[in-house]
Amino acid sequence: MSTEEAHGSAEVAARVERRWATIAVIIIVMMALLAAFAGIHRATMPQPRVEIIDPSRLHLSGEFVESNLGSVLEANGNVTVRAIGQQYSFTPSCIVVPNDTPITLRATSADVVHGILVQGTNVNTMLVPGYISEQPMRFAKTGDYLMPCQEFCAFGHEGMWGKVKVIDKTDFADRAKGGGRLSCVGE
Amino acid sequence: MLVNRKLILAHFWLAFAVFGIALTLGAWQMFIRSPIGTWLSNPELYYRSLTAHGTVMGYVFPTLVAMGFGYAISEAALRQRLVGVRWAWAGFWLIVAGSIMAVIPIALGRASVLYTFYPPLIGNVFYYLGVVLVVVGSWIWVALMSVNLSVWRKANPGAPVPLAMFANVAGSYLWAWTAVGAALELLLQIIPVAAGLKTTIDAGLARVFFSWTLHAIVYFWLMPTYIAYYTIVPRAIGGRVYSDSMARIAFILFLVVAMPIGMHHTFADPQVGAGFKFIHSAFTALVALPTLLTVFTICASVEIAARLRGGRGMFGWIGALPWDNPMMLALAFSFVMLGFGGAGGLINMSYQLDASIHNTQWITGHFHLIFGGAIVIMYFAIAYDLWPHLTGRELIDLRLIRIQLWLWFVGMIVTTFPWHWVGILGMPRRMAYFDFGDPAIAPQALSVTLSAIGGFVLLVSGIMFIVILARGMRAPQADTGPYQFALAVHQPATVPVALNTHGLWVALMIVLTLTNYGYPIVTLALSEGTSVPAVYVGAQ
Repeated sequence: MSTEEAHGSAEVAARVERRWATIAVIIIVMMALLAAFAGIHRATMPQPRVEIIDPSRLHLSGEFVESNLGSVLEANGNVTVRAIGQQYSFTPSCIVVPNDTPITLRATSADVVHGILVQGTNVNTMLVPGYISEQPMRFAKTGDYLMPCQEFCAFGHEGMWGKVKVIDKTDFADRAKGGGRLSCVGE
Repeated sequence: MLVNRKLILAHFWLAFAVFGIALTLGAWQMFIRSPIGTWLSNPELYYRSLTAHGTVMGYVFPTLVAMGFGYAISEAALRQRLVGVRWAWAGFWLIVAGSIMAVIPIALGRASVLYTFYPPLIGNVFYYLGVVLVVVGSWIWVALMSVNLSVWRKANPGAPVPLAMFANVAGSYLWAWTAVGAALELLLQIIPVAAGLKTTIDAGLARVFFSWTLHAIVYFWLMPTYIAYYTIVPRAIGGRVYSDSMARIAFILFLVVAMPIGMHHTFADPQVGAGFKFIHSAFTALVALPTLLTVFTICASVEIAARLRGGRGMFGWIGALPWDNPMMLALAFSFVMLGFGGAGGLINMSYQLDASIHNTQWITGHFHLIFGGAIVIMYFAIAYDLWPHLTGRELIDLRLIRIQLWLWFVGMIVTTFPWHWVGILGMPRRMAYFDFGDPAIAPQALSVTLSAIGGFVLLVSGIMFIVILARGMRAPQADTGPYQFALAVHQPATVPVALNTHGLWVALMIVLTLTNYGYPIVTLALSEGTSVPAVYVGAQ
């Protein structure tokens, strides 16, 4: 190969490389923009606020005392669900919610790291002791969903399965009339 | 010329021995959690096994491969005797000691915290100390790679550093810095609690420290594979590296952007705000860049080999590739798995899509495809390529090698594809068994069974790999010549300083890490009342 030829092919190589690098950068910028757009426009984003709580006092006072766990119909028609994870169960172990309603899940852990996942949905969050997890939910259809713990929490992890029971909006409103906190434990 | 063959062989043999053990444990785990092996279900044994499997595959095996390969590169690419051989042996024995120290508490069921630790779960202190020894042993290797390169620089002022060594040193720096996250977590948080000096720990802060290590470590595992793509494959199939400078840019990009991205592992965590999560998501997207560049450069390099062999046409050249060459086969398999695994990775890192698959079996499928598949199959290729030069004997079982690679590829696909599927259905990971009698879980039984079959195909392949290498130690002696790395089409006479040294990039890596991690870590460390009581494993 003469020097001139070698020089020419080096230029071709540099040009092709530049083109490919540009395409690669465009792909990545597109991905980041899509994520930003979805995050801002559709408000799909991870939990923005950090809230702390002392796991050793959950049962004594505050938001996560036992009598405050479960589902509650708020004045504005939304529903708030409060739950705790501990080795190796959720309290309440069966969560009852209405369909077609904005729901806020507020949950924390009483001991080690756990996770809540509702099968067949995008509801999926970690429970880290010392911190409160908040997750918006909304169920279109009524029915039963499995809710396993998705994070290793020691030897009983595989047995930690909760349940979500989505019932009709009006049924839920009926049940909520009596006040208190609703769950479907034992149903 | 490889002088310290014993040192290099010791690293490889130890790596493959522990790999064999961990692979066997993995296959057993797949079996007992599937519907075909339910009578054996014992969660306690399962999590011991899982801890051993993860610890070996995550820390010991890839580290030893990178070290052995690094010493070989240092000698063969720089063409100088390894400086600091005694230190290298000291590092090796530290890893041996650390591995033994870690494995005893695991075997006794006193450290079933999995390789990602999960505080406030706390295992036996010797497990963590063992892991620390392994890391310290590997840091000796990092220092030696740096020393050897600087000795060579002094002897060859201004000359371009051979590509293999440039990449090798970049990989070692990446490792040294990414290990700092887990080291801080272990030394400042976990070990004081495990040793009984403290009883509380900030689980949220510990998870952030670990995320510092947890993603860049993947790129450390990846480095030997990428070095093989660029500097072994083109030579082995009779081609040339398309571009030397593109290769350097890819390795530099890994060094700079692989580090400050690990917080995408905490997308669903409550202790990190949304802002930093988004920054880390965007940086993770950026780390796709060096891989996209590599895919292009390696495909172009392979095309050169095909055209030199008479391949023609837009796609006709693909048929002209030497498909019976194990290196070609390994590369092709590696690229296919990298493609699927990488596509999955883009979903994981997506700020929004993560929620669909976070902590499901999908994740297990993803990283087995990338690490166990794309990366490990090239570890096999590296060993096959180096072996004749380490033993002075030819590897003659080419047919067996091809079968071994095929089995690994098929086994990995059969294992991981069903995992992706059940992950989308919402099957959680790290489960010792499933109640397949539950009508909601029963439909997943078939997928789990398929994965278990894949696990056994992998085990057969792994055994074949070790047998082929062991037989290679006894083959007739042959003149294997000096160990060569692939040449570039335009072998550089000079290289710009920025592409020939690491200083600027290491500085950038550190600054980016500090900006991407500094604020969250300081805020968490300063916030009061976030420490929680430790929960000791195995303490009854």
